Amino acid sequence: MSSHGIRDRVAIVGMGCTTFGERWDKGLDDLIVEAAQETFESAGLTKDKVDAYWFGTAQSGMSGITLARPLQLENKPVTRVENYCATGAEALRAAAYAVASGAYDVAMALGAEKVKDGGYQGLNSNNPPNDGTARTLTAAAMFSMVAPAYGAKYGIDDEQMTDVLATISSKNHFNGARNSRAQFRKEVSKETICASPRVAGGLGVFDCAGVADGAAAAIVVRAEDAHLYTDKPLYIKGLSFVAGSGSGLIDPDYDYTHFPECEAAAIDAYQQAGVTDPRRQLALAEVHDCFTPTELVLMEDLGFAERGNAWKEVLAGTFALNGELPVNPDGGLKSFGHPVGASGLRMFFECWLQLRREAPPERQIDTDRTLALTHNLGGYPGEMVSFVSVVGTELG
Amino acid sequence: MRGILSAAGYVPYRRLDRAEINRFFGTGGGKGARAVASHDEDTSTLGVEAARLALRARPDLEPAALWFATSTPAYLDKTNATVLHAALRLPSAVPAFDFGGALRSGAGALQSALTNSGTVLVVSADARNGLATSGDESLGGDAGAAIVVGDDDGPGGDVIAQWLGSGSATDEFLDRWRIPGEQRSKLWEERFGETRYLALGREAWERALKNVGLAGDEVDRVIITGMHSRANKALVRHLGIREGALRDDLSGTVGQSGTAHPGLLLAATLEEEAGRIDDVGSARVIALVHLADGADVFLFRTTDALRSFQPPRTVAAQVGDGAPVSYGKFLSWRNMVDLEPPRRPEPQRVSSSAAWRSEAWKFGFVGSRDRTSGAVHLPPARVSMKGGATDDMEPLPMADAKGTVVTFTVDRMVYSPSPPVVFAVVDFDGGGRFPVELTDVDDGSLAIGDRVEMTFRRLFTADGIHDYFWKAKPIRTERKGESTQ
Repeated sequence: MSSHGIRDRVAIVGMGCTTFGERWDKGLDDLIVEAAQETFESAGLTKDKVDAYWFGTAQSGMSGITLARPLQLENKPVTRVENYCATGAEALRAAAYAVASGAYDVAMALGAEKVKDGGYQGLNSNNPPNDGTARTLTAAAMFSMVAPAYGAKYGIDDEQMTDVLATISSKNHFNGARNSRAQFRKEVSKETICASPRVAGGLGVFDCAGVADGAAAAIVVRAEDAHLYTDKPLYIKGLSFVAGSGSGLIDPDYDYTHFPECEAAAIDAYQQAGVTDPRRQLALAEVHDCFTPTELVLMEDLGFAERGNAWKEVLAGTFALNGELPVNPDGGLKSFGHPVGASGLRMFFECWLQLRREAPPERQIDTDRTLALTHNLGGYPGEMVSFVSVVGTELG
Repeated sequence: MRGILSAAGYVPYRRLDRAEINRFFGTGGGKGARAVASHDEDTSTLGVEAARLALRARPDLEPAALWFATSTPAYLDKTNATVLHAALRLPSAVPAFDFGGALRSGAGALQSALTNSGTVLVVSADARNGLATSGDESLGGDAGAAIVVGDDDGPGGDVIAQWLGSGSATDEFLDRWRIPGEQRSKLWEERFGETRYLALGREAWERALKNVGLAGDEVDRVIITGMHSRANKALVRHLGIREGALRDDLSGTVGQSGTAHPGLLLAATLEEEAGRIDDVGSARVIALVHLADGADVFLFRTTDALRSFQPPRTVAAQVGDGAPVSYGKFLSWRNMVDLEPPRRPEPQRVSSSAAWRSEAWKFGFVGSRDRTSGAVHLPPARVSMKGGATDDMEPLPMADAKGTVVTFTVDRMVYSPSPPVVFAVVDFDGGGRFPVELTDVDDGSLAIGDRVEMTFRRLFTADGIHDYFWKAKPIRTERKGESTQ
């Protein structure tokens, strides 16, 4: 992949994020207005000052009108984007590139999802008319095949693997308990996690992301204009996106112990951002922990741990809130919840808080590192899209 | 010489122990077990599996016509035989017709094929239903059968059993009946039907023997079948057959499988004769007697070609290979009780045009192989995943390929007519990987390294449209690194 990137050319100058959860009393429009208002206030501007909008939603609406109507935008270009569970990240990517191109001065990315009106458990997708031969498996089942494959490859027995995955889940619940916007704000013991009913394969309910309603947004401007809006902008260092070919599903060489799309996106983002040692350069990482084995494998795909070693690092607390590289300090998808179209932007929101030292004291990371990573994926092992970004508080 | 070129039966994997019915309701049931089609099987899929076995037994066969008989069709108006035609990848020039509705249609299709010309693939299948505790529920059975009828010296070789002749007796009387759409049959009191069948059976028997110039005691194997058990039993004593000539009718292990049963028993008898041909020789006379709205008697004589006849899986092996299904699950599979489904969306209906475009894949399980890199694509693709060659693929039929489970999972949340869904990543011998749902497998019994083969199934039904596709099922006689080939 050869990306030129837009390092230090675009800055995030305002962000907002709703509480995620079972927002029975709020519709999609309410969530959009809530996130947009906070974001406009954060950047100190009004909707008319935003030149263009990108709206990410996986399934809650079609077209830019789904955003333009509740916000009553007049004569604005509004584009609806969708890229599986990386939809929110994709909205920000489009807005950032639009500003970097010079086409617009100010752009907004807003992601929103109203999941809980569906009436079913878990996430569901609407497929176009088809021949009826596609898999209908849940995402949990597809990702559940990762843990036994990883365990077999690196000689980890079932008991150890259960402990590793429970450590990840427990860590994310610990972090979410310190986040007033999270869906689940309770610490959960490893014993409770291990005793939960199985959903698919070896995965229990505490191995799965929370299913939530929510919205999040960001306003981006040219880097040189950033201080017109805030004293503490976040500069975009790298944005990478990979849409897999899907061949992993039918390629006998794929072994379900890594996600090549994520690895490729990370390499590209690091190259754009000039990151050479992510584990020692990043203040935090927000990663797509849709299921606990996903977070485990991502620690290797993103270069935070050597292949076959992530499970040891997990047990050693490397990725805990007070660890060497805190991962998902806001609770992640597990605890913050996963409104599909909003999640990618929610990850930036935590970077926004942490790097600006505006996170609540009980979860503020004490570090002099100035870079943060977000990682967002959609799809399944063998057939996924992946997004990786690096943002920072310093130019250069 | 006209006769049978190949024959095979298909007995589904599940068995209902008839005593379970009595244990649950305190009435009904009986001795032995009946074969039970899985929730993802219907008469069309049972027929496909039987026909696949019959065609694999003699791979050079080129059927010129496909006839499909069932009393429990998956569709009305729409031909079901075209589903079999597509799954068997038969050429477009081969017509496919249904013989539908009546229990006599299986024997009727066989008789018509024998008096016809050319190679005719006669498939019959049934899934017999009855109200809970009824005789039909416990005595009925589910099965498929395929008989390939043709002449000597065709592409498939010589007949394994020569058709000597037939005899019929036909009468209009009411013994059992069913209004279209009803799940259950209704029955007149037993004795009337028994009296009629006894008379009609004897009439047809004598007519058949006279037609071919044989006496009753010259028949080596006698098959008597029909849905009226008492009549079947009573008729034996009136045919003048030799002691020991009567063949077991599988009613204790499979149940009476309606239109399929004459073909199933004929296939089972031929495979037995092939197995002991060194001891008893060929030129053995087999009589098939079927009682349904009259009587039809077929007489065959085995030939030397039977010596080389080896079905890939015998009826006897399938009868011995079953595993139990609980009575509760049986009732839910037959739509006699509705179980709480997972709170997940039900599947949407299949697109007719999309299904038609992918006929080779969906019905035939035909993938593609990149001529340059050899990479196997399931489903078929235009651009190769290895090397990127475009439109340089050859079709690759994979329905008969065997594979090994690389990894698997159990999905307890996804919608299924019979949760949970067992799902595996399968690597096929000779190349190709496909993540696929497993069937005929119990939760907890699967292991990495297990061997599997493909089977044609009905995934769902939505808006009255059946979604047919392939699943994998365990080959219980093989493990990784072993092969029965």
